[in-house]
This record gives sequence, structure tokens and C-alpha cells, in this order.
Amino acid sequence: MLDRRVDEDRSRECIAAAAEPLMRIRCIAKAFPGVRALGGVNLDIFAGEVHALCGENGAGKSTLMKILAGGIRPDEGEILHSGAAYEPKNPRDARNSGVVLIHQEMSLAPDLSVAENIFLGSLPCKWNGMIDRRRLNDDAARALKACGYDIDPAARAGDLPIARQQMVEIARATAFPCSVVIFDEPTATLTEAEAESLFRTIERLRKNNVAIIYISHKMKEIFRLSDRISVLRDGETQATLRTADADEAQVMSLMIGRTLDRRPASQRKFAGNQVLAVSGLSSPDAFEDVSFTITEGEILGLYGLVGAGRSELAEAIFGLRQANGALLWQGRPVTVRRPRDAVALGIGLVPQDRKKQGLVLGAGGRENVILANLAKLSAWGLLRRAKAAALYSEFAERLRLRSASPTTAVVTLSGGNQQKVVLAKWLATDPRLLILDEPTRGIDVGAKDEVYKIIRELAGSGMAVLLISSEMPEVLGLSDRIVTMHHGRLTGEFRGGEVGEEDLIRAVMSADHDRRSKPAVAV
Amino acid sequence: MSLATHRLQSSATSFDGLKTIIRGNSVWLLAIAFAIFFSLQSAFFLTPFNISNVLTQCVFVGLLAIGMTPVVISGNIDLSVGAVVGLTACIVVALQPYGLGVAVLAALAAGLLVGLVNGLIVEKMGISSFIVTLAMMSGIRGLTFLAIGDISLSSTDDRLNTFAMLAIGPISIVVVLFAALAAIVGVVLRFTSHGRNTYAIGGNRSAAVDAGIAVSRHVIANFALCGLMAATCGIAMAANLGAAAPSFGRDYELLAITAVVLGGTRLQGGKGGVAGTLGAVLALAILRNGLNLLRVSPFYIPVVVGLVLIMALVLDRRVNRQAMRHGE
Ligand SMILES: Nc1ncnc2c1ncn2[C@@H]1O[C@H](COP(=O)(O)OP(=O)(O)OP(=O)(O)O)[C@@H](O)[C@H]1O
Ligand SMILES: [Mg+2]
Repeated sequence: MLDRRVDEDRSRECIAAAAEPLMRIRCIAKAFPGVRALGGVNLDIFAGEVHALCGENGAGKSTLMKILAGGIRPDEGEILHSGAAYEPKNPRDARNSGVVLIHQEMSLAPDLSVAENIFLGSLPCKWNGMIDRRRLNDDAARALKACGYDIDPAARAGDLPIARQQMVEIARATAFPCSVVIFDEPTATLTEAEAESLFRTIERLRKNNVAIIYISHKMKEIFRLSDRISVLRDGETQATLRTADADEAQVMSLMIGRTLDRRPASQRKFAGNQVLAVSGLSSPDAFEDVSFTITEGEILGLYGLVGAGRSELAEAIFGLRQANGALLWQGRPVTVRRPRDAVALGIGLVPQDRKKQGLVLGAGGRENVILANLAKLSAWGLLRRAKAAALYSEFAERLRLRSASPTTAVVTLSGGNQQKVVLAKWLATDPRLLILDEPTRGIDVGAKDEVYKIIRELAGSGMAVLLISSEMPEVLGLSDRIVTMHHGRLTGEFRGGEVGEEDLIRAVMSADHDRRSKPAVAV
Repeated sequence: MSLATHRLQSSATSFDGLKTIIRGNSVWLLAIAFAIFFSLQSAFFLTPFNISNVLTQCVFVGLLAIGMTPVVISGNIDLSVGAVVGLTACIVVALQPYGLGVAVLAALAAGLLVGLVNGLIVEKMGISSFIVTLAMMSGIRGLTFLAIGDISLSSTDDRLNTFAMLAIGPISIVVVLFAALAAIVGVVLRFTSHGRNTYAIGGNRSAAVDAGIAVSRHVIANFALCGLMAATCGIAMAANLGAAAPSFGRDYELLAITAVVLGGTRLQGGKGGVAGTLGAVLALAILRNGLNLLRVSPFYIPVVVGLVLIMALVLDRRVNRQAMRHGE
């Protein structure tokens, strides 16, 4: 990072020298049934710059990028690429012009090999029409190595952890000559270490004079990586700023049209009733000998890197995964064999993968919220429509859910808005213990603060919250107590407010060493 | 740390490798188990005559199942194959007066056409293949009955029947042809870009679109191939029996889907293959034949087949779920 300044100066010069932008986006508009996603976007992208794109959930960022990458066609407007009209009819056209998009949602074919995925759409063939496997694997190995990734080209893509799947996507994007690489919320599913490696890749691309468009809701990343920042609001370009001249507050107020008041977490003391005590819980291949307690009204943060076994622990408590050990619920030993048992006790889980476990994709947002709250919203076995509608609109408003109507199918919502529906659904159930697994993934800054506020309110009213997150500020800002997890074991326990980032990092990094000396640190 | 993860991965892959071999061939193990069981129960089971009988029984459902496999892998289903068997069997017999070549070509063309239309409607109109081919199934069956009537046609040209009766040792020429076709489809799926793209489409359609794969073309090609295989089945059936009737191939689409699913191809697409389908066809043929030999009432046979299917799928689910956990 030492040469960052030099780089920045260099790219400034580039931008100043190259009067002609690499890509010129003019008055792009796009409407979907019931929603105007984009209404006249103007953007200039220069070669060799990292151009960050910010905006609230549903502002139209992904839609604009899909247009650039040939996934959808704009209704109006024009794009110039290297001075010539650029109208990609499909992703292959875009790729041939050197424009590639790394998607917000993973986009690999799970049952094909890594190599096949990298060259999907242009698999090398021999004279007889058979795939040239040796060449395929060699080329793939070369593409992976060029990015500095150590992945077996013959491995099945679906078997790789998410971070590695993303590496495959990046290798795929850069295996061919490219001039514009678009990252749509690439770090949403990555740990800090994995994100670092991604940033190195981006730096490398930038040095090769590739233009990078970088979408993220994480201000820290944006200010660290980008040369310029453009803000989209309601499908229109709000402003383009030089990163060096801008600050976070300015970007945020451009994004949401108001300023956020950010207060640090209040420190609270707990002497409430114990809600759940977990002792000696183990699940093969996931975690071992995990013990902790959580009391009424407490927010317990569970911090660790992706793959530490945190989600698996949540699944075990919720009855989605087999585990050995004892659970004490309000002092009573209980067994939770399936989610139904957990729900009956009063446990709620906001799962990590919203597509897989959280939503009925074809149904509307209201329907999804109602489904989880049927008992509460019914009288004599019949649904009380008005009550349901009121409940939905309360949460939709608080979370600033952007949806054409309460019945718009959630598949068509933007990534962050889908997550908001999942959250609304579970927050409304009012459980005794709520387990949140990466609750704010992909959610914009404004809504994030609202989510934090709701979580604090719920805790204030006596709900116990187990907060799983790999976002350090989130864990530090919300938790009353924090436990850290590494390689399937709890490695430390800290009091909120008395702990800094370094402590947490140390607890999840040097855990191998710690573990041998003392199994679990107690407060 | 990198060393540790590396070791972990390599042991995982070798373990997975073993699992995949067992998983990929479990249905063949089932077929072998059936064969052993019935050969112990009935002295007649392993006679050359009976073996050739079992193999011939494989051919008809097998042709349909092999053609269906790529369709299912690409995330679709074709319910019209049974009706196409009836249609093409009637065509190949009814058109014999115009020459055998014409009759065979017309039957093949009819099968191909049905497949193409299925694929075109599914892709261009975006209607679910279940509905499209369900409609096609009743439409074709009805039209065949309307054209021919509820009668059976007997073959006027002996060459077809004579050809079908040719045999290499105890193995009928029809079985050899079937094996060759199955091998071709298997190779196409596993080693050509059409095949790999088929897996990509079934596994993650939007990824396939984004990669610039001409998705529609591949899906339509698979439907066309499926229609062609159904026509081949119709011709083979007419040749074998020296006759044809509009009711030929009734319920065969269900038998074919049973075999495809039992063979480990995922109904949602993306996963599976010809080897599994072939093993399942064989296992089912052995089961039927064996139960017949043991004089089990024919009414029990579908019940047993249903039970086997459910048990196999439950077992498969178990193994797969463990493997999935392991992969995580
Ligand atoms: N296929 C579609 N059909 C209908 N509406 C759509 C479709 N795709 C996007 N939209 C709508 O367009 C708007 C913009 O969505 P987009 O995905 O571009 O937002 P975004 O800025 O990427 O948000 P996020 O930060 O949550 O990812 C949203 O209101 C969304 O509901
Ligand atoms: Mg988006």
C-alpha cells in the first residue's frame, strides 16, 4: 500500500491526459413492469481507474451494470466504448468487446469443473469435436496462476467454498483480454483476508490499464480502492466525485438525501435470566466442544472468519444440523431435532443464504413476511388481512424496502431489498432468541443503521440476539459480549465496549497457538 | 497453514473420488445384485435365451431413456416420447408400400420434427416443458388413433423383421445398435462442448447465458435428439413385432423417466449421465424378468418397481447429503 499515492497520481495523470474516456454512458434509461430502474444515467469511465458506484438498495446499480455487460438492453440512451457505439446484444458480445461483469449472485455451473467454468461458452475442441481436456486444464491453470490463485482446475466448482468460487469467476473474467471489469458487491461474502487478496487483484488489473467499476456498500473499501466515486439515486446519477476530495458523510448524504446520525453502542450490563446455555456441542467436520450462554436482552456477537463453523453452529442450534452436546433452554435440558422444535421453543434464525433458506422467491414481500408470522396474524385459523398489511408496511417503511408493490415477486427485487424482506420476516416473529447470520449482507448504509436500531430495540425489550458476522464494525458496534470462533472452536470471549479490532483479529488468527495453552478464555 | 489446507483438500478429493465412483455406479451394483439374486432363485435366469431376452427388453425403454437423459440434464422433461413411438411405428409400417427406405426416413423425420417443435415451443415461448410435452403427448396419440383407427397394422415388407431377427451369437442386432447409440450419446454428453454446455444450462442457466452459450440451440438440439431416439424406438418395435398399432409405447415415457431418475440424473437438471441411465435400464429389465420367472403376479411388478425406485432415491439422497456436508 506504500505506493498507493504514486499510483493515484499516475492515474490522475492518465485521466487528465486521456481526454477521451474509455466508456461514455449517456442518458441510459430502463423500466421494468411497475418500476423505473434507471432514468437517465450519465457516467464516464476512464482506462486505468477504479470507479466506485454507490447508491441505496434498488438505486439501479446492478441494472446499469447488466446493461453494460449485455445481460439486458436499455430502453433509451447510448453507450460509447473507445469512441464507437457499444450495443452488446448478449454477454458474449460484451465479453468480445472486453467488458465483463463479476455478478452479485454467484454464477458458476456447480456440476462442471473449474476449468470448464472458466472457459464456458468457448470450450477448446479437437478436430473431432471432442473437448481438448489437456488444453482446457492447462489454459485454466494458467489463467488461475496469472491471478495468483491456487485452485485445482479439475475440481468440481460446486464443491469450492464461496470465496474460491468467486476467484474462479475473476479468473474467468480475466482469462481473456478485457478493458472494463465490473465487480458487483464482490466482498459481500468474503472475509477480510479474502477481500485483501481481491484488492490485490484489482490493483493488478488497474496497473494493466483496465477500467474497474466497483459496486459496494462498504464505505471503507470504496475510499481505499477507488479513484472516483459516482452516486446513483433513484436511477439517476447524483454526482461523480474524486475520492481524494470526498468524504464518507458527503457520499452518504448524496446516496440517501439525508445525513445519518451515528451513535456508538451504548454499554449495558446484564443480570437477566439465562435464555440458552450450550455446553460441549460438537458436530463432525464443523465445530467441536462449543459452550456459551446467552441471557435475556443480550446481544452476543459471534465473530470469526467465513468457514470457522459459525453458520454450522447456528444450524445446529436451530435443528438443521445434527450435533452432540447439551442445550439448556431457560434452565431446562431440551433436544432440538428439527427447525420446528426450535421455533416452538421460541428460536428464530435469519439464515446466511437468503436464496436457499430464507425466501419464497415467487411470492411477494408481504406473503413472505406473513408466512413466518401466520400464528400471530390469524384469528380462528383465518388470516387477518388488515393486520398483516399493517405489519408488512411497518417493516417495509422502516427498512426502506424498495418494491413496486407488496405483491411484487421477491425474485425481481434488488439483492439488498431481498435481504430486507428476509430480515423483516424474522424480526416480526418476535422470538425469545433470534439468531442472525450475516444480517446486513448487501444492505445499504442507511438501512443498515435502521437494522441496528431495530436489533437494539428488540434486545431492549428482552429478546436475546446471537449475532453472527464477519463485519468487525457491526460486531463491535452492536454486541454486549463477543465470542470468537476459529476452526470450529471458541477461542475467546470479550466484553463489548472494552475490546478493539486488534483483539478480535488476534483471537481468530493466532487461535492455533491459544488453543493449546488454554482451551477457552473465560471472562 | 497453506500446507494444512492443501493436505485437507487432497485427502478430500481422493475420498470424494471413491464416493463418486460408488455413487456413479451404484445402480450398476443394484443390477448385479438383482442378477445374483435371481440366478440363485431360478436356474433358467442365466441361460443364453433368457439373457438375450432381458437385453432385448432393455432396448425399447432404453432408447427412450437414453434420449431423455440429455433433455433432463438440461433441466427439461419430454413426456411425448411414448406417443412418438406409437406414431413412428405406424408410419414405418403404413408407408412400406412406398419403399422401406422412405418409410424409415419418414418415421425418423417425424420423430425429429416432434422433438424440434417441443424444443422450439419450450424455448421461444418460455412454457414449461412438462406442459408442452404433455399436450404433445395427448395430441400425437389422438392424431395417430384418428389416422389409423384402433387396429393393428401388419408389416408387408419382411426385410425389416428379418433385420431385427439378425443376431451376433445370442445378442440381437437391435441390442448392438442400441449399445452403439447409447455410447454415442454418452460420449457427446461427456466429451463435447454441446454436452458440457448441456450440464451448464441445467446447473445454472443464467450462468450459461452470461457465458454466451446459445442456450436455446442446445436445449432444442436435445429435444430433437430425444424425438429421434423415440422414432428409432418406434421403428425397432415395429420391426421386432412385424406389426404396429397406435397404442404402441403407451406409458413408456413413464418407464423411461423412471430409468433416468433411478440412474442418478437429477430431475432439476445439471447432473447425471448415460452410464447411470443404462445401468438403471438394465436393473429394471432384470427385475421384471426375474419376477416373471418367479411367477410373481404381473400386477405386483409395477408395485415392486415403484418400491425399488423410492428406496433407491432415498438411499441416494442420504449419500448425496453426506457428500454435500463433506464438500462444505
Ligand atoms: N428483472 C426485473 N424485473 C422487475 N424489476 C426489476 C428487475 N431487475 C431489477 N428490478 C428493479 O429495478 C430496481 C433496481 O434494481 P437493482 O438490482 O439495479 O438495484 P441495486 O442498485 O443493484 O440494489 P442493491 O444494492 O440492493 O443490489 C429495483 O427496484 C428492482 O426491484
Ligand atoms: Mg445490486
